[in-house]
Amino acid sequence: MRTFEVIPAPHIKDPDDVQKIMRDVLISLIPVTVFSGFIFGWYAWVLALVGIFGGEAIEYVIMRFFRKQKNFKSDGSASVTGLLLALNVSVKLPFWAFLIGLAFALIVGKHIYGGLGTNPFNPALVGRAFLLMSFPTAMTSWVKPSFPKFWLSPWDVQTTATPLGILKEHGYSAVHTGYLKLFFGNVGGSIGETSAFLLILGFIYLLIRKRVSLHIPLSYVGTVFVISSIFWAVNPEKYGDPIFHILAGGLMLGALFMATDMVTSPITPKGKVIFGIGCGLITMVIRLMGAYPEGVSFSILIMNAFVPLIESATRPKKFGYGGVKKNG
Amino acid sequence: MPISTFKGGIHPPYRKLSKDEKIEFAPLPDRVFLFLTQSAGAPPKRLVEQGQDVKTGQKIAEISGFISSNLHSPITGVVREIKKMTHHIYGKPDEVIVIERTGEDEWEKMEEMDWKDLESKVIIERIKEAGIVGLGGAAFPTHVKLTPPKDKKIDTLIINGAECEPYLTIDHRLMLEKAEEIVEGIRIISKVLGNPRVMIGIEDNKMDAVDEMKKHAEKYGMEVFPLKTKYPQGSEKHLIKVLTGREVPSGGLPLDVGVVVQNVGTALAVKEAVVNGKPLIERGLTITGGGVKEKKNVVARIGTQIEDLINFAGGFVGNVKRIVLGGPMMGIAIPNTTLPIVKGTSGILVLTEEEIDRGVKRNCINCGRCVEVCPMNLMPNRLYKLTYMKRYDQAYEEGLFDCIECGSCTYICPSKIDHVKFIKLGKRVYSALRRGKK
Repeated sequence: MRTFEVIPAPHIKDPDDVQKIMRDVLISLIPVTVFSGFIFGWYAWVLALVGIFGGEAIEYVIMRFFRKQKNFKSDGSASVTGLLLALNVSVKLPFWAFLIGLAFALIVGKHIYGGLGTNPFNPALVGRAFLLMSFPTAMTSWVKPSFPKFWLSPWDVQTTATPLGILKEHGYSAVHTGYLKLFFGNVGGSIGETSAFLLILGFIYLLIRKRVSLHIPLSYVGTVFVISSIFWAVNPEKYGDPIFHILAGGLMLGALFMATDMVTSPITPKGKVIFGIGCGLITMVIRLMGAYPEGVSFSILIMNAFVPLIESATRPKKFGYGGVKKNG
Repeated sequence: MPISTFKGGIHPPYRKLSKDEKIEFAPLPDRVFLFLTQSAGAPPKRLVEQGQDVKTGQKIAEISGFISSNLHSPITGVVREIKKMTHHIYGKPDEVIVIERTGEDEWEKMEEMDWKDLESKVIIERIKEAGIVGLGGAAFPTHVKLTPPKDKKIDTLIINGAECEPYLTIDHRLMLEKAEEIVEGIRIISKVLGNPRVMIGIEDNKMDAVDEMKKHAEKYGMEVFPLKTKYPQGSEKHLIKVLTGREVPSGGLPLDVGVVVQNVGTALAVKEAVVNGKPLIERGLTITGGGVKEKKNVVARIGTQIEDLINFAGGFVGNVKRIVLGGPMMGIAIPNTTLPIVKGTSGILVLTEEEIDRGVKRNCINCGRCVEVCPMNLMPNRLYKLTYMKRYDQAYEEGLFDCIECGSCTYICPSKIDHVKFIKLGKRVYSALRRGKK
């Protein structure tokens, strides 16, 4: 007698899968990655490629030899972590140091919890925090942007301070970077954080592909806008204006690509808004009062820790609980 | 008339391959397999013995409890065997009556009725006698639904013509070909319930059915509403929500909000039972899917073996992998084709390798799509994780039993997680643990 498989319903499934989501994230980061080489020199591209392929290689070794998965099929998340980490470091970071940071990101940031989906903290930011502590000099020296001279290597170019660094040291009156320059990104900073324009472009692609929602970016950037407006209104000599705060530093990269990581952000729309506001608050506290000039990555890591609490506090109201009163 | 929709839901490919195929009568089967359990509730008490002759329409098993239904012989023949088998739908051991056909139908019908002058009680008694159950899939005995407790006032009767499951087209065809009879059935049900407001809901991918139903229903004051095409539009609770704005309370029934819902096929069966005196011995169903040669809508006798119907539809084509009774979202896969159809079988779906997604199962990445599509506003990701971790009490707190098992979460999940499987399992384990405590 011919037999057929007995599998529980539903019997049809949406063709979308995790790999396709990760591929879309990689695609969305292409513009900013390509552009980074033109501002900071070819070494930026080396780091990006090391991130993508090194990430996959490390993932393979972990899955195949440590977690003993014989039929390992990559979900593509390691290359996303690798690329995002590359975009979050200075081009002055040597590639071997970057690889150590990436291995830390994937192992301590992800696999010790059980792999993709189980990690409470954004792995790329865990890697960045590790690198910031281990290689503080390389991670905080910024090469002078030299668009479009991609043939320059980071060791030949003089260093500069980021706009946020100048703000921290000398106050806003010392900052002479125009909005347009900030918007297009020909300024010092991490490899992928400078061009708000290209980051937004990539994010729009993700929006069109329905991979992200606007809740986190809007609430995050909105909070930064409100708080910086208040401080700027009180003392415009010392504090940066809101547009500056939004365009400078890693806010765009953080709000659009790091805070929106599905695994480490709340699932509910309300929770996402709370998460975004929290990120904005902590970012501004660090920028205005902390020791570091920039607070995006720490704010996101801190808010990552609150995700379970936020989620359980914002569970949707279930169908059939007090919608309409019982009749009769 | 634009009607608002409910929150959540999905848009799977509809693949209504058989929507233009006229309803045909399947040939009389040589043998039928009748599980005693044909409906929700208690199995009826068997009235026949091995070797006994039976006629078409003869009662062979009798109601045994409040929620239970009569069973009639679908063919004329002899009881060949009575055996124990595992019920392929309910998954429990059950008794099967095997009847071998000896010739053409010799009917044993009930008397025909002119229902317009009859009391409700008499009509309900007839519906009960005829063994009518909900033909939408859940197979709940219809006479029970039509006997609401005295303290519940029913002010609305909703007729479900949504047919939101992909592939299935039998309700669509019934509405096109038998609108007049369906409407008569609705009038009978409506009379029994004390003439409430009648609302007929049909998904707007079947506008021809909407028009046809309007033509026959509006002169009796019934309203026909095109509904947004979205799965699970045909879910009782969501149909009620969309049409009346009322929300069936958690753990409650439609009659808690003054509503009774009946499927269009059930309305037709009610008409045939009352007007023509015909018990429920056959039903309409769709034979479809990429793995069957001719897609068909047929009327087949209850208990017909699946293989007889697949042969009637020209047999298999392609790489057939799975056979499903019902639609692809909530239907039940069966291991072989010797099994029979039951009263609740709305379709036979033959799926090929190409129609089944075999994506890689991965960890939940918290993308939130399951929460977005859940029509009950639950968090399927959490219910899955909680039942997986055997934290049944917490799963219960978070709405385990509110899940209607529509499968939207599992359909949409990019990590290919089987939420529904775990939720169903969780419900069973939780109930078993509760019973243990008592």
